Amino acid sequence: MRFAVLQFGGSNCDRDAVHVLEDVCGVDTDLVWYKDGLKRDYEGVVIPGGFSYGDYLRAGAIAARTPVMKDLVRHSEKGGLILGICNGAQIGAEAGLIPGVFTINEYPKFVCRKVCLRVENNSSPFTSLYREGEVVKIPIAHKEGRFVAPADVLKHLEDEERVAFRFCDENGEVTPQSNPNGSAGNITGVLGKNDNVLLMMPHPERASEDILGSSDGKKIFDSMIKYAESM
Amino acid sequence: MNFEVRIMISLKSGMLNPEARAIQHALSDLGFETESLRTSRVFDIGIEAENEQEAKKQAEEMCVRLLANPVIHSYSVEVKQL
Repeated sequence: MRFAVLQFGGSNCDRDAVHVLEDVCGVDTDLVWYKDGLKRDYEGVVIPGGFSYGDYLRAGAIAARTPVMKDLVRHSEKGGLILGICNGAQIGAEAGLIPGVFTINEYPKFVCRKVCLRVENNSSPFTSLYREGEVVKIPIAHKEGRFVAPADVLKHLEDEERVAFRFCDENGEVTPQSNPNGSAGNITGVLGKNDNVLLMMPHPERASEDILGSSDGKKIFDSMIKYAESM
Repeated sequence: MNFEVRIMISLKSGMLNPEARAIQHALSDLGFETESLRTSRVFDIGIEAENEQEAKKQAEEMCVRLLANPVIHSYSVEVKQL
């Protein structure tokens, strides 16, 4: 089994993702420079956080139009897993891997803090090791993370159970106060139409070791590995 | 022929625009009461095309493929022959 972490100019969570996959979870992982393309099959690809192309135009917009995205779409069509984290989620949404967009926070400043998420779906390859309704602590760090989609698209995502995570309070209540960026329906983790894509604004790689204050995010990587092992 | 296309990208009406809201508040602090305020982004792009229609078509394709995100943006295109 082998995973890849894509690296764009401006990615800055790429090595953290490699560290967690390789050193913490024990999976062979390639750090792939976007210009080199995906030259072999991978079980999972992570699009890491950062500020690709300086967030010019819109966060993720320019990276989403680079040729490596064609490789990524092919990977996805073959059933390979894709996890987009923060800027990676913005890139994935701009590339159409999920409907909707992650745009400027309701209060337009950078927020960087630990938040609570409620696991809404534990039947996906990314969340199978969580309990449904489990409350986990994973930090966010973004200025453009407010999930927006038209009402009919939101309903479609809910109906198809493609919401993976919502911002909530410590008791698991989904409230306006627990929504740090104004995301529609407090949604901050969305699954692709075949459940093999997860795009999320919080950073699970920053919550994968106890020394960092939380290892709640590690289950996402472990779930992916477990899924890949079963294939 | 050479053309300059002016592309204006705006948030669709009804879309929350935190930037505009902050500016409106700042204007209010200076004593300017405004009924509404919207921000747009303008791109002036020089291109070569066979005619005005072709130049407009190219500009619209730029909007669809990169400059606008159809989930939140609308756009307009003006073409000027140089």
